[in-house]
Amino acid sequence: MARTAGHTGERLFLMDELIEKIGYCVERGKVDKASPFPADMKGLEGADELTQQAIIAGVAPDRILSGCIGGMERVGERFSRNEVFVPEMLMAAKAMKSVTTRLKPFFQSGTVHAKGTFIIGTVAGDLHDIGKNLVSMFIEGNGWSVVDLGVDVKSAKFMDAIGKNPGCVVGLSALLTTTINAMAVTVKEIRSHYPEMKIIVGGAPLSETIAKDLGASGYARDPQAAVSWLSTVGIAA
Amino acid sequence: MKSLLGVLEQGRVLVSDGAWGTQLHKFGLEAGECPELWNSTHRREVLAVAQGYMDAGADMILTNSFGGSPSKLGHYGCADRTAELNRLAAEISREAAGEERFVLGSMGPSGVILMMGEVDEATLFGGFALQALSLFQGGADVICIETMSALDEACCAVRAARSATSCEIACTFTFEKTASGDYRTMMGVAPSEIVGPLRDAGADIIGTNCGNGMDGMVGIVREIRAVDSAIPVLVHANAGKPQFVNNETVFPETPEIMAQKALAVIGAGANIIGGCCGTNPDHIRALVNAIKRG
Repeated sequence: MARTAGHTGERLFLMDELIEKIGYCVERGKVDKASPFPADMKGLEGADELTQQAIIAGVAPDRILSGCIGGMERVGERFSRNEVFVPEMLMAAKAMKSVTTRLKPFFQSGTVHAKGTFIIGTVAGDLHDIGKNLVSMFIEGNGWSVVDLGVDVKSAKFMDAIGKNPGCVVGLSALLTTTINAMAVTVKEIRSHYPEMKIIVGGAPLSETIAKDLGASGYARDPQAAVSWLSTVGIAA
Repeated sequence: MKSLLGVLEQGRVLVSDGAWGTQLHKFGLEAGECPELWNSTHRREVLAVAQGYMDAGADMILTNSFGGSPSKLGHYGCADRTAELNRLAAEISREAAGEERFVLGSMGPSGVILMMGEVDEATLFGGFALQALSLFQGGADVICIETMSALDEACCAVRAARSATSCEIACTFTFEKTASGDYRTMMGVAPSEIVGPLRDAGADIIGTNCGNGMDGMVGIVREIRAVDSAIPVLVHANAGKPQFVNNETVFPETPEIMAQKALAVIGAGANIIGGCCGTNPDHIRALVNAIKRG
């Protein structure tokens, strides 16, 4: 008996350790064994291999996912504090992607549920997508289903996507100072059809004040802020 | 061929131009239109932007080719017109500059990230080389690689321009102030970190552009100067951080304020001063006057 209990305890410990390791790989952007990034983890197993091991070991997919969400949160917070920059965020998102790819069958079978649907795009006239992609990846990594409409997205396209995804939340991105106007127009047009729609905006030329002037429901200065905002407003969806 | 370095060696602080994007919008360029296409379709308006800065007394003028890399032009289905649109850009600025003053061929970021494998180095290099060569053929004296944030891409662009042309090469990065008060690009590069790699890649002039106004440029220039006391430093500053007032984007720094602040940037060691987003010929005229007086 004691022997069996010992084994069970050991197995649980190993499971916890695997989840923690996967979360750390996501935080550090360690995708797989072959990836040279980050330099201090060269040659070690990454999120991809560890997730495979965790699935084989029988770790529940939602526990793997929540471990990763913790990792994404930690790197997102470090980004907010300017301790890491875009490359670290992109690599973390890539590591996260390797985990969600492995977990895809469980999403499809309904074992794991998305928190809601988030529709995102860079507004009309603006072709910049680095910030938009980061936010998109971080929100997806937080367990949302994301519909990414790309760049130079006209109001009609947002409206179409909203129509197809009842209960969704919308995110608008802009980098150019000259496209803040396009953002204002998009917010107005969405509101004219969906007055209660939750709309969050972000991008280099924006601020809390500008977001308010535009009529947006929220403003995110970085991806983690968008994730936090969604967790307060989005769950109802 | 004229040498900008030769003129800088005489010790005079030179004035560059101001914004192109915001000026072109004043002439009717719509958000979502390809600015570089205007070199072909709206030559008169593009020339008017360049002429405005020349009339204001600038020593040099850039070109309407910031988004002229094949990958950026590809968004508008114009990648196959890279050579033509860049050559036209330089020809237009040359017409405004005459033979005496300098034309700096502008090359902005490709918009794709090397480290994420979105593009391979050979493709990126080839695109920048074609752009630089076309600017050179159109009459550019200097290639000015600007608004960079990643070191690998910037060095690739410098090497490409170096291999494709005999132009002098300038390269400027865009820095933001971090929570701890130091300056980094969005890719995490500090001002002190650009100096060695850019010099090794073949840059003759380095510096900074865009940002949040002249104030921040002082610290950035100091940090570059702490690493290299000799290399010429170029600063193109925004007219402050943009604000959104009554459905319009406005930049807070007036020509007078900006010119006053520019003196501190020169004091920190800048050799060429000009404007970026939100500046117009009045800002450049104020800079010319302040430097003459100063």
